[in-house]
Amino acid sequence: MRRAPVAEAPVSGWPAPAPGAAPIARMILAQAALEARTLLRNGEQLLLTLIIPVLLLTAFSLDDLVKVGSGQQSRVDFLVPGVLALAVLSTAFTSQAIATGFERRYGVLKRLGSTPLSRGGLIGAKTVTVIAVEAAQAVILLGVGLALGWRPHAGAAAAAWVVLLVLAGTAAFSGLALLLAGTLRAEATLALANLVYLVLLGIGGIIFPLAKFPAAARPVLTLLPSGALSDGLHAVLQHAAGLPARDLAVLVVWAAVGIALAARLFRWE
Amino acid sequence: MSDTPAVEICDLVKRYGHTAAVDGLSLRARRGAVTAVLGPNGAGKTTTIEICEGYRRAGAGSVSVLGLDPVSDARALRPRVGVMLQSGGIPPAVRPGEYLAVLARFHAHPLDPAWLLDRLGLSGSARTPVRRLSGGQQQRVSLAAAVIGRPELVFLDEPTSGLDPQARHATWDLIAGLRAAGASVILTTHHMEEAERLADHVAIVDHGRLVAEGTPAELTGTAGQVRFRAEPGLDVEALLAALPVDSAAKESPAGHYLVEVHDRVDPRLVAAVTAWCAEHGVLAQELRIESRTLEDVFLELTGRELRS
Repeated sequence: MRRAPVAEAPVSGWPAPAPGAAPIARMILAQAALEARTLLRNGEQLLLTLIIPVLLLTAFSLDDLVKVGSGQQSRVDFLVPGVLALAVLSTAFTSQAIATGFERRYGVLKRLGSTPLSRGGLIGAKTVTVIAVEAAQAVILLGVGLALGWRPHAGAAAAAWVVLLVLAGTAAFSGLALLLAGTLRAEATLALANLVYLVLLGIGGIIFPLAKFPAAARPVLTLLPSGALSDGLHAVLQHAAGLPARDLAVLVVWAAVGIALAARLFRWE
Repeated sequence: MSDTPAVEICDLVKRYGHTAAVDGLSLRARRGAVTAVLGPNGAGKTTTIEICEGYRRAGAGSVSVLGLDPVSDARALRPRVGVMLQSGGIPPAVRPGEYLAVLARFHAHPLDPAWLLDRLGLSGSARTPVRRLSGGQQQRVSLAAAVIGRPELVFLDEPTSGLDPQARHATWDLIAGLRAAGASVILTTHHMEEAERLADHVAIVDHGRLVAEGTPAELTGTAGQVRFRAEPGLDVEALLAALPVDSAAKESPAGHYLVEVHDRVDPRLVAAVTAWCAEHGVLAQELRIESRTLEDVFLELTGRELRS
């Protein structure tokens, strides 16, 4: 990255005004790097985005705690796609909602509104941060999965479908995260984002296979963003399926609705 | 271009429900000058500044900043205008050094963050999370954030409230430096000394309206006064009769006497006061000759009762 030119200023005098905005890409990367650094320093956020998914993957693979499969092989093959979905849920939804809610409360969003970084640029920076964190989560979780004996049963284009599902899931969860953060008090956002995380962890096909739920409940559960994301990832990575069109469509609809509502209702201060 | 004022406000009105926070305010701030907006709490200062910053829309009237509209031209204005909010706005977990480095990367020709931190006495705190800094230190980080992009116009909402004398002087030096370099500064303050010392132009605002404006010297005028202490209950009317016409005299509080004239205090006035005292066997103590301060003018115009 090229460094911004810095003014030469004599200690006694003050440099003359020289206003000007930086290129938008430089602003977005600088803001995204700051948000990522802040997130890495925050213990609760790390617990949510990294430690819990790794613990769940390890513990449930090593022992048949929830009857997801007959041996460690089938257990880890079920769990890896699920915890990938959990990683997206934790970063794009819970972590982003809480961070943005408190930024709004502390006037950080208001203050940023008077800098050259536009609102679109700020959303861009948040997206870059979320995707970078998800990439790091994926590397760690897939590494742990491989160490536990995970072998994907995947078709040729699986990587492309996984990326597509993850991006659509990220858009869906981000829209909902910003909807919460931009309309509720920071404390309410914190409580609700954690509650939704727990509920979706339970009914999202992440730890408990959706096949274990009553037949009547299953179509409804796969209409939720977490259910659609984990169902799609299981199809691609566990059952070597092609593009899971229905799951992808569900995520795209959630993304469209969530982002549209957030854009309409978000209050910056 | 530089003939356009830094800020021009005409008949601005902003209502919240039935109360008018700003009620027909007109104000003009010159380029390259420091303009201080003075007023009691709730006078409408912050609302006015935030309309200029584009955070709120004007209810009625017009606001022009560097000749542009603060809301519809926000994109063009943001790089040119520096903003210091009255409170908050800095993420509590970041460190001043990294925060200013990020803001510097938003601008084409920023100041060096390390140099700026040093100028504001914050070098030692560059790596301390903002939430662990004192209120005064946080205030200075906020000020640094407002000027790091080398803006041509800076809005400072109560920049020195809660600062200790050293930090206040560092802030005043910075504002004087900005002005000397050719930037325009609009600041709100309760601090009369601040306005008297820094401002080229002072606007006194109350109940959402402009009540007086001018240079500090114009506002305080040439009026002078003589104060002295003596036994309570002197005959003020009799004293007044012995003084030049157009003088005023009062006892407030008991035992403290004030003689005011429209012009400078001259030797004859002092002679008249002391002669009257001698005649009546009154020993005038702590006799002082003063000119009016901005604070006198401010209290005269906005009243002495407490505001919540």
